This record gives sequence, structure tokens and C-alpha cells, in this order.
Amino acid sequence: MIEVKNLHKSFGDAHILKGISTTFDKGKTNLIIGQSGSGKTVFLKCLLGLFDYEKGSIAYDGKIFSKLSRDERTELRSEIGMVFQGSALFDSMTIAENVMFPLRMFTKQSKSEMEDRADFVLKRVNLPDAHNKMPSEASGGMQKRVAIARAIVNNPKYLFCDEPNSGLDPRTSIVIDNLIQEITDEYQITTVINSHDMNSVMEIGEKIVFLQYGLKEWEGSKDTIFRTDNEAVTSFVYSSELFKKVRRMYIEENQ
Amino acid sequence: MKYLHNIGAYFIMIKDIFRKPTKWSVMKTLILKDIDDLIIGSLGIVAFIGFFVGGVVAIQTSLNISNPLIPKYLVGFATRQSIILEFAPTFISIIMAGKVGSFITSSIGTMRVTEQIDALEVMGINAINYLVFPKFIALTLYPFVISIAMFLGILGGLAACVYGGYGTLEDYVTGIQNDFIPFHMAYAFIKTMVFAFILATIPSFYGYFMKGGALEVGKASTTSFVWTSVVIILLNFLLTSLLLG
Repeated sequence: MIEVKNLHKSFGDAHILKGISTTFDKGKTNLIIGQSGSGKTVFLKCLLGLFDYEKGSIAYDGKIFSKLSRDERTELRSEIGMVFQGSALFDSMTIAENVMFPLRMFTKQSKSEMEDRADFVLKRVNLPDAHNKMPSEASGGMQKRVAIARAIVNNPKYLFCDEPNSGLDPRTSIVIDNLIQEITDEYQITTVINSHDMNSVMEIGEKIVFLQYGLKEWEGSKDTIFRTDNEAVTSFVYSSELFKKVRRMYIEENQ
Repeated sequence: MKYLHNIGAYFIMIKDIFRKPTKWSVMKTLILKDIDDLIIGSLGIVAFIGFFVGGVVAIQTSLNISNPLIPKYLVGFATRQSIILEFAPTFISIIMAGKVGSFITSSIGTMRVTEQIDALEVMGINAINYLVFPKFIALTLYPFVISIAMFLGILGGLAACVYGGYGTLEDYVTGIQNDFIPFHMAYAFIKTMVFAFILATIPSFYGYFMKGGALEVGKASTTSFVWTSVVIILLNFLLTSLLLG
């Protein structure tokens, strides 16, 4: 579980995060949603320790990140898997080498053990034959799946995904969403996803945190988001006619 | 103010190069790759430029000696001195600032733009050590490149002088052996090592701390070339004043 209390972050005079408090539960897919400029990426980077924050605290299973020593932070980071928006695969390595990279860095496994583990996770993300390809030879969807494989190869306790569906077609997006949810359930990982994608919200949002102007405007789940009266949430989530209809139908069905 | 900030950030980066080292089994591969990219990959252009500039120095010297009292072996002597003291260590380093420096800045800058550096940092890896230390170690072989430039520069001078009809082989060989001061070699290689450090670190700094997208990668490469060249020229002046002055 990740517990965030009263998080503040500024860049110069711009106050980006204005006191966010929330929790992200273990074994659940937790979504952070909000308009562009609402502070989602800054929030995610604070959670990852890429940005320092002025005030507040972030606790990973009770361990407050800012109070950890440098070695303790390194140890904690080895328990984190991250899927970047652009996949962030290492260009100079093959797909198999990319996946084995965290194992090479943080474990004392033999080469054959690492290859077996890479085989296993690449099969898990439905890429059994991609080992020797370079990232540039893979499609966007494949790159995302490799990034997921790399993120989970070292059995992380926490998985972060920054807009995992951006740039993907709807079908591939659903495959990626389902994969993340299955992995979260299977390994009981605390998963935090930063997303714009309303399909993801409806499909896998076991917990949803809605940010607006650097504040937590609303939180709930994919079920409660249909019934919420919060105007900021409804105008963001149900901005298209299609989603308005879906919402109406859901409410009628469940009355 | 920005310059002061950059200078401070540069020295903090230097400190971080040696902090929290990457696992040796991984680092070994990175060092070998950088030796291939930065040293082996530069030999061709260095050999080509060295040989022909050596030839030009010999021809120019020969053409400018009109006084019959000046011995013909001066062509070899002047070529040797020019090549060893300035051309090989300094001129080649400026060229390397363009070739190797731009490569380092653009490769690290692209990693920044595509979030690969963020990926390293999230994993708890000291990205500066991971990216810059192998380049620093690879460039400790830079004197090898400069030695080749020295050898081929003098050889190019010999070829131009003898086959161009500007002097005899005996005169040229006498010239390159005449009044040889071993400390000049030490001076040249001290400069080379300092320039190697500059070539590894300034382009890395501009790549690592760049902000923006693909366009900014190009701008960072240009800025890195300019500043690497400026620092090399200034340090060349300083080291020459200190060591030979």
C-alpha cells in the first residue's frame, strides 16, 4: 500500500500539487485521472522519487520515502516497476536484454536463470518470439508489452504506469489494460496508473483519484464514478455523447 | 548567473560519476562498447586528417623557406614540432569535440528525451555513473588516438616532402631527429589526458541536463561542441603557459 499525505510540490512560483492525500491499495489497479496540466505526471514523479516535494509524505508500506537513507531508497526502488509513456526501452539492447536488465543490475542470477525468467515474462505478455528484436523493430503495442515485461521481471511490489495506452489503437489498449490488471491480481502488486483513457477508467479502475488544479477533486471506483454528481468529474469523464449514454444506461440498469 | 549554475552543476556531476558504481559485470560491457564507439570509431578520421595535415605542414614549411642559409632539414623539424606540440593534441581534440562530443551529447540527450534516463533513475541506478563513467574510462585510451595522429602526421609530412620534391628523405629524417626534447612528448600527453577528460564530461553534461525534445537534442549538441572547444582552447593556453612558459 502507498499512503500519500498532504503532498505539496512547486516549480518556482507555480504551485502544482496543493496538498494531495490518498492511498493506493495493494492488489488493486489505482488510476490517477485528470485534465492535462492537472498535476498527474508531477504527482506520479513525486511518488517515484524523481521529484522532491516541499511538504507532505509518501509512505510505501509504512516506510516514509523522504526519511529513507540512500541505500534504503535504492532497495525500495528495486521493488518498483515502471512503465513509461514512451516505453523508455534501451535502444542499444535487444528486447530480451531490456527485460533482463533489472535482473542483471539487482540480482546475482546466472545468465541461464535470467534468460529463463525473461522467457517467462515475455510469454506472460504474449511476446514469446520477440527476444532478439531491437526496440526500434517492435510496434508501439509490442514496446508497451516489453516495458511491462521489464517492469515485472524482478517481481516488483509496486507497479507504476504513465499513460500506458497513449498512442495505441483501442484494441491494443484493451489488451494492455487487461494485462496490467491480470498481473496486479496475480502478483498482488500495488499498481498506480496515470491515464487519460476513459476505457481504462471504466474497465480497470478499481480505485480512481481525480485531480484538478493540483488538488484531489474526487476519489472512488469504476462503479461509483457512474453515480457521482461531482460536476468536475462528470464533465471530464462524460465529455463525449457516447459516455453520457453509457452512464445513463448504467444508472437505468442499476436502479 | 546561469553560467555559474552550470559550472556548479558540472562539478556536482563530476562527483556523481564516481559515486555508487554500477555493477562491474554491466559496466565492463558498457566500457567495451564505448571504446568501440569513441576510440576505435574515431581512428579512421584521425588517421586521414593526421596524414594529410602533416603533409600540408611539410609543404607550407618548405615553401616558406626561401633563405638558402636555412638548412633543408628544418622541414622535418618544423613538421615534428607542429604535429607533436599542437596539431595532434589540440587540433585533433577540437575535431573530436565535434565527432565524439556530439555523439555523446546526442546519445545521452536522446536517452533523456525518451525517458530512458528516468527509467534508470526509477530503478535506483546512478544514471550519471552508468552513462558517463564508461565514456571517461574509454577516453583514457585517447592518448593512443593522439599517438596515431602524431605518427601519421609526421609520416604524411615525409610523404609530401619526399614525393612532392620538397626535400630528400635524409633531410627530413635528420629534421625529425634533430634537437628532440623528450619533455615535449610529456607535455603533449599531459594535454591529451586533460582534453580526454573534457571530451568525456562536457558533452555528457549537456546531454544529461538537456530539456525539451528532438530539436533541443540538436541544440545541445551544438552548444556542447562550442563549450568543449572553448574549454580545450583555454586549457591549452593555460597548460602551455604552465608547462612550457
